[in-house]
Amino acid sequence: MKRRDFLKTVGALSLAGCASAMPSRARVVVVGGGFGGATAAKYIRMWAPSVDVVLVERESAFVSCPISNLVLAGYSSMPEISHGYDGLRRHGVQVVQDDAIAVDAQKKTVRLARGGDIAYERLIVSPGIDFSFADIEGYEAAMQAGRVLHAWKAGEQTVALRRQLEDLRDGGVVVLSIPLAPYRCPPGPYERASMIAAYLKQAKPRSKLLVLDANPDVTSKGPLFKKAWSDLYQGVLEYRGNAKAVGVDARSMTVKLEVEDVRGDLLNVVPPQRAGNIAMSAGLITHNNRWCDVDWRSMESKKVPGVHVLGDATLSAPLMPKSGSMANNHAKIAAAAIIEQLSGRPPQPEPQILNTCYSFVSQKEAIRVSSVHRWDAKDATLKPVAGSGGVSAARSEAEGTFAWNWARTIWSDTLS
Amino acid sequence: MSTTLAWTTAALVCIAATPAAAQDVAGRNLAASCAICHGTDGRIATKDSPLIPLAGLPKDHIATQLRAFRDGKRPATVMHQIAKGYTDPQIDAIAAWFAAQKR
Repeated sequence: MKRRDFLKTVGALSLAGCASAMPSRARVVVVGGGFGGATAAKYIRMWAPSVDVVLVERESAFVSCPISNLVLAGYSSMPEISHGYDGLRRHGVQVVQDDAIAVDAQKKTVRLARGGDIAYERLIVSPGIDFSFADIEGYEAAMQAGRVLHAWKAGEQTVALRRQLEDLRDGGVVVLSIPLAPYRCPPGPYERASMIAAYLKQAKPRSKLLVLDANPDVTSKGPLFKKAWSDLYQGVLEYRGNAKAVGVDARSMTVKLEVEDVRGDLLNVVPPQRAGNIAMSAGLITHNNRWCDVDWRSMESKKVPGVHVLGDATLSAPLMPKSGSMANNHAKIAAAAIIEQLSGRPPQPEPQILNTCYSFVSQKEAIRVSSVHRWDAKDATLKPVAGSGGVSAARSEAEGTFAWNWARTIWSDTLS
Repeated sequence: MSTTLAWTTAALVCIAATPAAAQDVAGRNLAASCAICHGTDGRIATKDSPLIPLAGLPKDHIATQLRAFRDGKRPATVMHQIAKGYTDPQIDAIAAWFAAQKR
């Protein structure tokens, strides 16, 4: 729907409500159409068809970060990981392609970049991450010049990084730099390392990948990744912990660490991250100027009443990863809670959600981590259930099959 | 021309649907987590899924399988680790929810 037509429709609905003196329908506005926001929009419509849901999303399609590392290796494609919003429209979600730039929590309105305010009864902000570019000297200029990429939001940079890998001379050095945790998708950088190494081994056998990790060691599925690297990518992939990037120089193509400079032919530097920009302008950030603390029974902001925050932007509960699975699950807590709140009832007392997260280590083999998170009344947060969860016994093609099933199914659960 | 539009917030809120029984809602909320691999409401929505649909399976069958995963009696790649996170009443609530879903 074009934005103007949408405005007419919503205007007409409101007027009709007034004219006939019927009780108005509740409107939930969702900002951000990723794993969190899209799932919330769908599930509110599914569980409470009488609630109006408006989704504000700046892109015309969802591009999945999960599986995007496979695009870099040539094992998947942009069309395969891109999905439009027609599925949500079929659920009756009104999708507005625009950028939400401010929230007035007193008036309960969201301001759109192209002009206009949308009123809400409850607001969901699921903005994902934005980057703290300033933490790495020279980063932003180097990125604007196309000399360094992060590709940590799937999209144009995924395509550009794939092209840089294809253009790399055989014998060239790729540098992958990983920020200190917490960042989006704990195992993601190590899956990326595996995918780049797989591509180099096959297409540029004299090339090398140097992984510079700001963390002391691999932060997720460590033994499984390291076993895969030593079995499959010896001589291709070199891993260094405690190697934090503090600057980049586009002219000399170097990554500056605290104690030395490292030169590469291709620089994939992933900067430190924080909650997306709208979380900052809406005053939702509570910790380290980076993340948003929430009440895990409803996902409602601890700072701004009536506003729920989902996904990577949240101040993570203990041992909870910033993952697509978690964002999808956060959305279901929020959907259930908002439906209760709109009806004047309290949210569910003891939510419980789970995470399952696969990483490919070769074209067909994957490894996995899972966890179950239950409300803990004493500490007022979600905590892993003792004795539950764990990782794959070993990398396998069977886990690869389940990984593809997870990806296709969560895309469908989120968007169709 | 200013395009700012002030949209009125609904003063009265009405959720038309009859509230579902609290027990059903609890099962629904727990079961919603499973959808990331098993599909919305346990309906397989993808081609070539290695999983069977949970929607409409007998309640006792689902509960028995979840307990078998949890107690290590049925081998699995992941379900043994996940099932350990759920109590008997939670397993029964999840099983009841999926059993009640249309295939």
